Amino acid sequence: MGYDLAMRVWRGDADGGELRDFTVEVEEGMVVLDAVHRLQATQANDLAVRWNCKAGKCGSCSAEVNGKPRLMCMTRLNLFDPGETVTITPLRTFPVVRDLVTDVAFNYEKAEEVPTFAPGRPTGDDGHHRMQQVDVDRVQEFRKCIECFMCQNVCHVLRDHEDKKKVFAGPRLMIRYAELEMHPLDTNDRRDLLREEAGVGYCNITKCCTDVCPEHIKITDNGIIPLKERVADASFDPIAALGRRLRRHSPADDGTGGA
Amino acid sequence: MTAETHSYDVVVVGAGGAGLRAAIEAHEQGARVAIVCKSLLGKAHTVMAEGGMAAAMANVWPEDNWRVHFRDTMRGGKMLNQWRMAQIHAQEAPDRVWELEEWGAVFDRTPDGKILQRDFGGHRYARLAHVGDRTGLELIRTLQNRVVAKKLDVFMECTVQRLLTAPDPATGGERVAGVFAYWRETGTFVRFDAPSVVLATGGIGKSWQVTSNSWEYTGDGQALALRAGAALMDMEFVQFHPTGMVWPPSVRGILVTEGVRGDGGVLRNTEGRRFMFDYIPEVFAADTADTEEEADRWYTDKKTARRPPELLPRDEVARAINSEVKAGRGTPHGGVFLDIASRRDAETIRRRLPSMYHQFKELADVDITKEPMEVGPTCHYVMGGIKVDPESQATTLPGLYAAGECAAGLHGSNRLGGNSLSDLVVFGRRAGAGAAAYAATLAGTERPVPDEAQVAETTAQALLPFERAAAGGDTENPYQLQSDLQAVMQSLVGIIRTEHELTQALKEISELRQRAERVAVEGHRQYNPGWHLALDLRSMLLVAECVATAALARRESRGGHTRDDYPGTDPVFARINHVVRLRDGAVDLTAEPLPEMPPELTSLFDPPAPAAPPASDVPPQSADAGQAQTPPETPPVAGTNNERNA
Amino acid sequence: MPVRTRPAPTADPAVTPRPVPAPRAAVGARTLRKDNWWVEPLVTVVVLVGFVAYGMWAALRNGNYFHDPYLSPFYSPCLTDNCLDNATPHIFGDISPVSPALIILVFPLGFRLTCYYYRKAYYRSFWWAPPACAVPDFRRGYQGETRFPLILQNIHRYFWYFAIIFAGLLTYDAVLAFIYDGHFGIGVGTGVLVVNAALIWLYSLSCHSCRHLCGGGLKRLSAAPLRRRVWARLSVLNRHHMFFAWASLLWIMATDFYIWLVASGHLTDAHWIA
Repeated sequence: MGYDLAMRVWRGDADGGELRDFTVEVEEGMVVLDAVHRLQATQANDLAVRWNCKAGKCGSCSAEVNGKPRLMCMTRLNLFDPGETVTITPLRTFPVVRDLVTDVAFNYEKAEEVPTFAPGRPTGDDGHHRMQQVDVDRVQEFRKCIECFMCQNVCHVLRDHEDKKKVFAGPRLMIRYAELEMHPLDTNDRRDLLREEAGVGYCNITKCCTDVCPEHIKITDNGIIPLKERVADASFDPIAALGRRLRRHSPADDGTGGA
Repeated sequence: MTAETHSYDVVVVGAGGAGLRAAIEAHEQGARVAIVCKSLLGKAHTVMAEGGMAAAMANVWPEDNWRVHFRDTMRGGKMLNQWRMAQIHAQEAPDRVWELEEWGAVFDRTPDGKILQRDFGGHRYARLAHVGDRTGLELIRTLQNRVVAKKLDVFMECTVQRLLTAPDPATGGERVAGVFAYWRETGTFVRFDAPSVVLATGGIGKSWQVTSNSWEYTGDGQALALRAGAALMDMEFVQFHPTGMVWPPSVRGILVTEGVRGDGGVLRNTEGRRFMFDYIPEVFAADTADTEEEADRWYTDKKTARRPPELLPRDEVARAINSEVKAGRGTPHGGVFLDIASRRDAETIRRRLPSMYHQFKELADVDITKEPMEVGPTCHYVMGGIKVDPESQATTLPGLYAAGECAAGLHGSNRLGGNSLSDLVVFGRRAGAGAAAYAATLAGTERPVPDEAQVAETTAQALLPFERAAAGGDTENPYQLQSDLQAVMQSLVGIIRTEHELTQALKEISELRQRAERVAVEGHRQYNPGWHLALDLRSMLLVAECVATAALARRESRGGHTRDDYPGTDPVFARINHVVRLRDGAVDLTAEPLPEMPPELTSLFDPPAPAAPPASDVPPQSADAGQAQTPPETPPVAGTNNERNA
Repeated sequence: MPVRTRPAPTADPAVTPRPVPAPRAAVGARTLRKDNWWVEPLVTVVVLVGFVAYGMWAALRNGNYFHDPYLSPFYSPCLTDNCLDNATPHIFGDISPVSPALIILVFPLGFRLTCYYYRKAYYRSFWWAPPACAVPDFRRGYQGETRFPLILQNIHRYFWYFAIIFAGLLTYDAVLAFIYDGHFGIGVGTGVLVVNAALIWLYSLSCHSCRHLCGGGLKRLSAAPLRRRVWARLSVLNRHHMFFAWASLLWIMATDFYIWLVASGHLTDAHWIA
């Protein structure tokens, strides 16, 4: 069942590097990360690769396989022809540390800028919160995020425009904002922040983030676009503004959403 | 070369559920806190927890309360648990769950808007707060966001190599003075001076071949504690989760959540038989259905029907699967079938078990809504760990605290599913509070100053693999060594153990330790996984020896420790915990009596649990590495289940 | 900074400080994708250019857009005497010789131009920002939708309000297509117009702004059961927004072409009259 897999792996660090060719014996059912591990154990002991769970749950082993962002642990080798060379490179959007490992600190720094969850008072007679499943369904989709940062990596705003890292938080953080904005208990209004600090306007909804998400979160349709609409409510819709002024809050509204 | 140095009140090692919760608590108690972790923040093994966190909130079953949870936990652990920890855990878990909700966790809901709770093996009532099958992710993300909101200092991809100690004027012995670590990215060293250290480093499963654990689970915390003078307890109890993937080979061991069974999945052998009905132990017979009809009815009618046998505690199910496979009724890949496809509709399966659905679809080309899964036991969890005080999680070394999987006591000889996540937050919080309180008592006195000699020694030791590579000669490859260790532990210290195999294991581990003296790594210090593994191997080998030593000493079968040569439980061993320490570099084992449970708790058991015997009843035991001997006073009678009935 | 992934800058002489911004991996090739990533943007360009070309011809021809009872969607609502037999209210009087389509088309065109799906399509295929995922942007500078004119994309919902009116008008046209000189009937053109109206509705109702306004903007959907149900249904439609966008675009073209064929005498409409 086994065969020799031709691999091309980027090796190097901040000072430069190159694609190197390797041949690794692989077996049926293996994933790209298995091949990388075998390479590491037999031919390149010091090959740097970041991984943890190897089950698609932690989001550590993000890399680019044949030019596309993928979790190495969830990319089966039968995706490729046995004769095909599999090229593995580090995420391009972040500074390289070594080989396949990049410095993803950017994402953590951006996360620090998100105003935290601020729940209202519990409404249950037992002193605890009440939430309906229909209200948390949307939030739970976003909380599936495993922070593999592949959406950040593939987002052209960050990938092709280094200067935009200052002004745009990226899809991962948009999902974090969306999760808080749609959280039925949250009381903060982050819409101005979304427009200004987080730079939601830089997203041109070209949807590559959604395409690469290993958790199949509909980042654009269910996250960013609803955020853009919420920002439009607050900043670009005079009728909605007028409506808000004329109308008292409806119970479902909590003063933050809906025209 | 001076290492980068930081000073804190409390340093938390590990950023899983327990570490993060400890850090948050220590911070709230006013301590200056640092979190030091081996991986990126939010990637810790906690994300792998799927099913849920057990807490007697009584949202689904009003009959549930902490006493029932306590009793379930003790019975699951075969009464070897530290009763006080089990009590605290059962009492505090609900508040910890509600607290997570206050911090932004979004659990699945009941129709009236409360937190929904699900059924799990060994729990009398549906008790697990959960989020689909990704509860661990929810827990860690909530705590991570909290840590970020509180602006705690987190040092990521920074591996602790040694606990630094200094003389303790209060006791005359040693006390914690800080930790010494290296940055994975650069390979440079960093020192954290702190009077309190919380170890929350997780488990040891990476020493087995078939494991659900990641590379991180190398027993760092256990080894750090041992080397610094603290003690480990119950190390013979390693939980093999009954359902891990078995095919394809590269995913062997990846976890299949117990939630599959909780939501209606059943185990069948290749003859199509629901074989779990053949493996119901006497102790659980009264609570377990004995016909398929009754078992199936239970999912909707918990009042009159008893639980399906698929939901027995994990040790029972794992042993049953093991027996079926050994009897030749397993699949060609060495597992059994776990079938939910024929029992629930596709939509329900996808909604209740989304990540299982994707996991099988993407890794094994199996559609679990149409076909059964192939599953088999996988090394999952270590019940043993660092010996701690139930109230404060303090270890035997002043200033050192431990919580989560790396601490011992709560789970006894076998952990119930769902009790680990609640363990993390309940005892993570207590460890954080304990560590902060200890640091506060030192205010105004001289803080311990780490010993420079320890720093120099550790630095030199850490760099040895490079020097050996430079020197050339007969060297060892760390990857090969790790793989050999895994083979030893899998075949000799696995689910079923014998004296002969354990003795052999100790011999082989000792040889591996000698080979480890020759480990060399190529390349340089910058993000070099070969080097990282070479350093982790020291912990793995030491902890593996502790497991084998304790397993050899326990001449009975109980929970996560099954001896082919002593298949029954033994009343003598029912009263002792095995404690290991490091004396002059050698693993030293003693048997210590279980603390006595107060009458108001013993009365919860029917028939009442026997009170722990006075200490003098317990045979004093001490054994050197490799020749642990624990002669029981009475020879065990095979098949006796009296103890289990307790 | 609370979260630290690397040593303090000056702690160890062995660590050289990194330049800002820190360098990325020097992979060389601009993209390593091996698949035919350029097919999708190419198809988009071809179809959109084709539509624009057809649309210009259709809008400028200012004739043969009405064949009783069929009115081309490019010329609805009827603004001239040329389609007066159609019962559409005659609002502005006869404004020819300017083609009424030029006035009418502003609204559907604006709706489509600011549509969240079409934005993706043309940003990728015409702007090349980006041409495909993990393929670099064509231009260095990029301001997204933060400045004029693209900041105007945010008023998509106003175009949607008009789109709903237009969907109503086209439905009206489809209903009138059943009435041949005062008699009920059904023809090929009736079918064409009915499908056209249906697709326009599906496209307009699957709009992201619509989904937001009808309920998506709420924090607690459970507190507004009616809006929640509407939102849930629209969410199902929304998943197919791209399909409806293309289908309605192509069909509107087909509808106009069919009416032109019939009106210009190239084809005879087959119909049955009660």
